[in-house]
Amino acid sequence: MDFLTLLQVLDSTVRLATPLLLACLAGLFSERAGIFDIGLEGKMLAAAFFSAAVAYVTGSVWIGLLAGVTASLAFSVIHGVASITFRGNQLISGVALNFLAAGLTVLIAQTWFNQGGRTPSLTGNARFEPITLPFAETLQNVPIFGPIYYELISGHSILVYVAALAVPATWYILFRTRFGLRLRAVGENPAAVDTAGVSVVGLRFAAVMICGVLCGLAGAYLATSLSAGFVKDMTAGRGYIALAALIFAKWRPWYALMACLLFGFLEAIANRFQNIEVIGFVIPVQFMQALPYILTVVILAGFVGKAIPPRAGGEPYVKER
Amino acid sequence: MADSTAPAIELKGISKAFGPVQANKDISIRVMPGTIHGIIGENGAGKSTLMSILFGFYKADAGEIWINGTRTEIPDSQTAIRAGIGMVFQHFKLVENFTVLENIILGAEDGAFLRPSLAKARKLLKQLSDEYALDVDPDAKIEDLSVGYQQRVEILKALYRKADILILDEPTGVLTPAEADHLFRILEGLKTEGKTIILITHKLREIMETTDTVSVMRRGQMTATVKTTDTSPEELAELMVGRKVLLRVDKAPAQPGKVVCKVDNLRVVDGLGVERVKGISFEVRAGEVLGIAGVAGNGQSELLEVLGGMREATGRVEIDGDPIDLTGRLSDGRTRRKRGIAHVPEDRQREGLIMDYHAWENTAFGYHDDPSYQRGFLMDNNALRQNTEAQIEKFDIRPPDCWQTAKNFSGGNQQKIVVAREIERNPDLLLVGQPTRGVDIGAIEFIHKQIIALRDAGKAVLLVSVELEEILSLSDRIAVMFDGRIMGERLPDETNEAELGLLMAGITDTAEAKPELELQEAR
Amino acid sequence: MDTMPKWVDALLVPFISVLIAFLISGVVIVAIGEDPIEAVKLMVTGALGSTYGWGFTLYYATNFIFTGLAVAIAFHARLFNIGGEGQATLGGLGVALACLFIPWPHWTLALIGAMLAGALFGAAWAAIPAYLQAKRGSHIVITTIMFNFIGAAVLNYVLVNQLRPAGSMDPASARFPEATNLPTLHELLAPIGIEFSKAAPANVSLLIALLSCFLLWLLVWRTRLGYEIRAFGHSETAAVYAGISPVRITMIAMLISGALAGMMAINNVMGEAERLVLNSVEGAGFIGIAVALMGRSHPVGVLLAAILFGFLYQGGAELALWTDIPRELIIVIQALVILFTGALDNMVRSPIEKIFLARRRARQAAQAVEPAE
Repeated sequence: MDFLTLLQVLDSTVRLATPLLLACLAGLFSERAGIFDIGLEGKMLAAAFFSAAVAYVTGSVWIGLLAGVTASLAFSVIHGVASITFRGNQLISGVALNFLAAGLTVLIAQTWFNQGGRTPSLTGNARFEPITLPFAETLQNVPIFGPIYYELISGHSILVYVAALAVPATWYILFRTRFGLRLRAVGENPAAVDTAGVSVVGLRFAAVMICGVLCGLAGAYLATSLSAGFVKDMTAGRGYIALAALIFAKWRPWYALMACLLFGFLEAIANRFQNIEVIGFVIPVQFMQALPYILTVVILAGFVGKAIPPRAGGEPYVKER
Repeated sequence: MADSTAPAIELKGISKAFGPVQANKDISIRVMPGTIHGIIGENGAGKSTLMSILFGFYKADAGEIWINGTRTEIPDSQTAIRAGIGMVFQHFKLVENFTVLENIILGAEDGAFLRPSLAKARKLLKQLSDEYALDVDPDAKIEDLSVGYQQRVEILKALYRKADILILDEPTGVLTPAEADHLFRILEGLKTEGKTIILITHKLREIMETTDTVSVMRRGQMTATVKTTDTSPEELAELMVGRKVLLRVDKAPAQPGKVVCKVDNLRVVDGLGVERVKGISFEVRAGEVLGIAGVAGNGQSELLEVLGGMREATGRVEIDGDPIDLTGRLSDGRTRRKRGIAHVPEDRQREGLIMDYHAWENTAFGYHDDPSYQRGFLMDNNALRQNTEAQIEKFDIRPPDCWQTAKNFSGGNQQKIVVAREIERNPDLLLVGQPTRGVDIGAIEFIHKQIIALRDAGKAVLLVSVELEEILSLSDRIAVMFDGRIMGERLPDETNEAELGLLMAGITDTAEAKPELELQEAR
Repeated sequence: MDTMPKWVDALLVPFISVLIAFLISGVVIVAIGEDPIEAVKLMVTGALGSTYGWGFTLYYATNFIFTGLAVAIAFHARLFNIGGEGQATLGGLGVALACLFIPWPHWTLALIGAMLAGALFGAAWAAIPAYLQAKRGSHIVITTIMFNFIGAAVLNYVLVNQLRPAGSMDPASARFPEATNLPTLHELLAPIGIEFSKAAPANVSLLIALLSCFLLWLLVWRTRLGYEIRAFGHSETAAVYAGISPVRITMIAMLISGALAGMMAINNVMGEAERLVLNSVEGAGFIGIAVALMGRSHPVGVLLAAILFGFLYQGGAELALWTDIPRELIIVIQALVILFTGALDNMVRSPIEKIFLARRRARQAAQAVEPAE
C-alpha cells in the first residue's frame, strides 16, 4: 500500500468514523446518566431521513439538519417518557424505536417522494460541502505534512469537525462542570442525587435529549454529507456498532474517539479492498462486510479487558422505602 | 419569625399509604431545639417512612409539618435541605466511585464549574472536621472507605448544607460498638452546638443512653412520647410490641455430640480479587449452636455462602468426616443439600425466595428436584401444595393460603416460609444468616424456638448474625469475625457485649484496648 | 395482596395497550392521506374474507408462533433474544441442506429431519451469544443483533458461492426434491370435506407450531426445568442459592429459543418457497418480539398475538396491493405494539391499578363498620 492509498484509506476512515463517533458520544451521555439506549440506530435513521427530505424540499442543508435533529429529539422524548417517566424497560423501548424509525421513514418517504422509500438525490446547497482549511492548497506540496494536511485533515464537511470538537467538549462537560458531576452521579447512584435535592428525572431527560441532538447530527451527516440523500435502512447497524464502541471505550470520551476510528478504519478497508487475497486464499466480500459485526462480538466478549458500565445503568429509578 | 420556645419540628396528623399498606396513621410529634429525640419501633412500624416525609422524599397523604414554629410545605428534598433538615439514611446515599469532596458538593455546588466549588468545599470541610472531630480524607474515594467513615461523609454532607436538624436512620446497624460510641459522642457535640437530632433505631440501649425524649411507633401509629429518664427498656419494649416480651430465649444446656462440620483454613477471594475470608478454621458439633458475631462485611456472609454452595473457596470443609467440593460443578447448592446442609440465607427476598412465586412453589425452592415432587417428566404440583399446607399449619404462616405470592406475605411470614422449608428437611447442619432481620418480635420468638428445637434434636447449627443480642441468647459457643479472620471464641456465659464488641473491632488484647481507638483507617 | 385481579393483568392491560397502538396506527394512515376505516375493511376482507386470505394469515401466523415462542422462552429466563431473525435465517440453511442433500422417501420423514436440522442450526446460532452472556457477561442484546448481521452475511455467502445452481444468476438454492414438499391445508382438509384454497401457503407446519405451543406450556409450567428457568428469570441470586446454575439455564433457555426460531424454516423455506432464497425470514424474527410481549410470554397469548400479526401481515400485503399504503406500515404497527405492550406498560397499568385500589379501599371502608376478622 503506497502512501497515497494509505492517505485515502485514512481519509475514508475519518469520514466513516464521524457518524459512529457522534452516535457513540450520544450513547455516552445517555448511558452515563443511567439510561441504556439501543435506539441510537433508530434516531440516526429518523434524522437521516428528515434531514435529507427537508434539505431536498427547502434546498438548504441547514434547515435539513434542523429537521433531522428535531426528528431525533422527538424519538428521544418517547424513549425518555417510556424509560424515565413510566420506568419501562429501556431495551424494549430502544428496540421499538428502531422499528418505528425503520417503518416510518420508508412509509413517509414513499408518500412524499414515491421513489421506493428513498429521497431524491441532494445537490448543491442541499448537501454539506467539504471545507478547505486555510493554506491547505498552498501547503499541498510540502512533503509528508502537505498531503496529510490536504487529504486527511482538510476537505471534510463541517460535521466532521463538529464531531471532532465534540470529544473534548464532552470530556469537559462530564468532568469539569456541575452538570457533568450530577450526570455521572445519576448514572451511578440516583438516590444520592435525589437526596441531594436534585431532580433525577430532569437530569436523565437532559442526558437523553443531548443524546438526541448528537444522534440527529450523526443521521444528518449520513444522508447529507456521506451520501447524497436517504435510502431505506441506510444506517445499516451503525447505531449498534457505536454502542459496541462505547463499551470498548469504557464510557470515556477520548477512548470513544479511538474506538470509532478503529471501526471506521475497518469499514474503509472493507470498502476499498473487496475480496482480499491473502497468500492465495481469497477472503470473500461477505466476510469483509461482516467483519465490523464480528469484531464487535469479539470486543464484547471481553477479550480486550473488562468494562464496568455505570452502576445504575438500565435500571429505572424507584424511591426506596 | 423563629420563636425560641417553638419546637424545632412539629408534625401534626401525618398519614401516608403505599398502595394497600398504611405506613403512617395520624402521627403527631414535637421535637424541641437542641435535644436528641429518639424514635423507636419494630421493623416496618413506619419510622423510616415518617422521616422520609419530613425530608421531602415522600409526600404525606394528610397532615402538617411545622419547622421552628412556621408551617412549612416540604414537597421535595431541596426544600427540606433549605429548611435546615439533613438526613443520614440507613443505606448511604453516596456515589461509590466519587471522592468525598465530590459527594459533599453534589447538589450544593457554587456555580456551573467544578473547580471553585471544590476549592471552597475543601476549606469548609476542614473547618467542619476540626469543629466536630469528623476527620475524613477529602480526596479518598467512597468505595475505599470503611462504613464508619462513609457515615461521617453523610453527616458532613448535611452539615455542609447548614443543617440544624439532623435525622439519623438506624445509624449503628453497620458500626462496631466502638464506632457507634464515637458516633454518639459526635452527636452529643452537635447537640451542644445547638443542633436538633432525631435518632431512629430499634435498639433500646441506644435510646436509653443517648436521647432526651423518645417516641414509640407501632404499626404505623405513634403509641407514646416520653422523657427518656422517665421510662425503662422494659416499658419501651412493651410499648413497641403491644404486650410483654421475653428478651431472652429459654433453653436447656447444649449437649454437643460428634463433629458435623469441620472447616479448615478456608479462604474466599471475591470477584474483584479482594480476599474476604482469610484462612479460618472451626468446628460445629451435633446438638450445638455456633454463633458467628461480627459487624456486617467482615467475611461472615461469604462464609455462609461458601458453605451453602453459592460461592467458591479454597481450603478444606468436611461434613461428617468427608470433604465437600469447594470449587467446580459439585460445589453448588444442590449438592450441598444432598449432603444434609440446609441454608436460611441472609437475604430472604433476594436469595431465599422467589418473590413472584406462589407460597407452594417457594416451599420446594432448592429441593425442587426431590423425587417426591416428581411424577414422570413433570413436577407433582399437588404434592408440593399438600406439603405447603402442612408447613403453613405447623409454622403458623399467615395468611394460610398457599396460592399467595411470596411478596404478599409480611417479612416475618416470609422468613417463616424459608425457615419451615429448611428445617422440615431435617438437615444435619443448618446454616442460618440474620434469621430475624426485618422480622416482627412475635415471629422472632417463634423462629428462635425452632432453631433451638433443631439443636435439641441433635443437629448442628451455624448462626451468623450482626445482632449481638441474638448471638448471645441463641449460641452455645460464639466465634467473632473481623476482617476475614476469627478473632476468638467465647462461651456466652463467660463473656459480655463489651468484650465481644472489642473482638468485633479486631482487638484481641482486651485489657489494653481503649475505646477511643480509631480502628478502621481509611485505606 | 395483589392490587389487581389476575385477568386484568393478563388480558385487560395488554388489550388496552394494543388498542392504543392500533389507534395511533390509524392516525398514521390518516396522516399519509388514506382512509383508516377503508384500510381496515380492506385488510379484513383480504386476510379473513376467504380461505385464500386465511391461508396466508395462518401461514404468517405459523412463522410468528415459532419466533414468538422463541422470544418468550428467553424472556422467562430474563434474556432478551433479538437474534430470532438470524437464528431463523440459519435454521433455513439447515432445513435447505437437509432437504437438498438427504434423499427422503416421504414428506413425514423429511419433515422430522428438516425440523431437527432447522432446530440444530438455529440453536447453534444462539449458542455463541448465550455462551458469551453466561461465561463472559457480554450483553446478549447486542451480541444477538450482531449475529443477525453475521447470519445474513453467512447466508449470502452460502447462496452465492455454494448452493446456487450452476448457470443461475439468482442467489437462491435449487428447488427441493418433490418428496420433501409438505402438504398444504388444502390437502389436509380435503379428506374431511372442507374446501380450502389451493393457492394459499399454509401447511402442515401450522400443526407443528400448535404442538410447540402446548409443549412449551408444559415445559415452562409443569417441569423442573421450567421451574428453574422461571426462577432464574425472577432472581439470579436466588437461583444460585437454590443450586440452579446460571450458566446452564442461560445456555438451555437460549438453545431452546434458537431451536424454535430455527424451526420456523419448515414453514417458510420447506413449506412455502420449497427452496432457500435470500432474506426468506422477512422480519418474522423481529415480529416475534412484539408477539411475545403482547402475549405476555404465555403460549396461549403468543398464539393469539401470532394470529393477529398474521392477519396484519396478510392484510398489509393486500393494502399495499390495492392502495398507496406501503407494506412498511406493518413495521410501524409492530413498533407501536412493542412500545405500548412492552416499554410503556406502566403507562397503561398504573391508572388501572389506581382504579382497582380505590375500589378496594371503598370496599374495605364499607366492611370496616362490621367487626374485623
